[in-house]
Amino acid sequence: MSNLLEEISKEHLKTEVVDFRAGDRLRVAVRIVEGDKERIQNFEGLCIARRGGGLNATFTVRRTSHGVSMERIFPLHSPRVDSITVLRQGHVRRSKLYYLRDLTGKKARLSETRRKRLDRGTMVAVPGAQAPQAAATPEPEAPPVEAAAEPEAPAEAPAETAAEEKSE
Amino acid sequence: MLGILGKKIGMTRIYDEKGLVVPVTVVEAGPCPVLQVKREATDGYCALQIGFGSKKAKNTTKAELGHLKKAGAAPQKIVRELRVDDTGEFEAGGNVDVSIFEPGDIVDVTGVSKGRGFAGAIKRHNSSRGPESHGSRYHRRPGSMGASSDPSRVFKGKKSPGQMGAKRSTTQGMRVVKVDKERNVLVLRGAVPGHNSGYVLIHKSAKAAAKAARHAKK
Repeated sequence: MSNLLEEISKEHLKTEVVDFRAGDRLRVAVRIVEGDKERIQNFEGLCIARRGGGLNATFTVRRTSHGVSMERIFPLHSPRVDSITVLRQGHVRRSKLYYLRDLTGKKARLSETRRKRLDRGTMVAVPGAQAPQAAATPEPEAPPVEAAAEPEAPAEAPAETAAEEKSE
Repeated sequence: MLGILGKKIGMTRIYDEKGLVVPVTVVEAGPCPVLQVKREATDGYCALQIGFGSKKAKNTTKAELGHLKKAGAAPQKIVRELRVDDTGEFEAGGNVDVSIFEPGDIVDVTGVSKGRGFAGAIKRHNSSRGPESHGSRYHRRPGSMGASSDPSRVFKGKKSPGQMGAKRSTTQGMRVVKVDKERNVLVLRGAVPGHNSGYVLIHKSAKAAAKAARHAKK
């Protein structure tokens, strides 16, 4: 990607995003604008896929209510996605959980993760994003980067971990 | 129409003030040196000649160099003439930059579309394909060439296979999302003809101008 394109995208990237991956139970706080009023609505469900990089990154959340399943695809960096809370880290062996669509009831359950993961709710810096507010001082950005780097690859990029899984 | 030359950088998406996704093309445009101003009195019509991009002096003809010298400009990769109603304050030696546009402006973008080579009727004219099996023997053919002894010829304009793309193409009515004067960047909503790093001409929309003129009359 050309530098100019990166620079333009940068302004729209969130600086940090909570660490999550496919298999996690999420609560997504969605900003809903009704006329001139704005409110937050929660969408709770299982993250079954993360895809795309940079500004194009999206994630799919699947939930079942009253026996009807629905899926919503959220752009990760959308300002309408106010916050993401990880409720539970599921144990999965692939990055796209589309097979869950064919399963219902007890078969559609996931056990708690057995993998080494970052603590639930850890914020991870978005690579290439602008430093938050004080652009002159890189310090506020530095700590989350270090935190992410410590437990090695798992948190850094979900795509990487997906590749690891395959080789296992 | 007043316009500017630029280079397509690529596409991405951004979010508008409502938080909705806007698909955008980023174009690096200008500053384009004005090489010559044609006026009613001297040339019989009004136009601006502008250039964009750089090339080596050794690859430039002496005639071209002489012409550039009048405007004091470096060798330009592409040079285009834009018909304008009024040459305004533009002078040879000056520059046209992205500040001629404002966010919200409607523009037309001209470029050379991506080349698809010699393409069949299905790809080129969106015709339907035949069945794949059951002994059909009619797969991706262009179909009937027309009636028989009357007219005894194929009508002109019959949709046939041939060169597709790599042809001058204009996308009309694109909206300017963002103008970045410092980086000489225009961000346009939607897709622009051609491949990345292809040259494009962005000019004020002919249709939008006509519409504005109609409203002004009323």
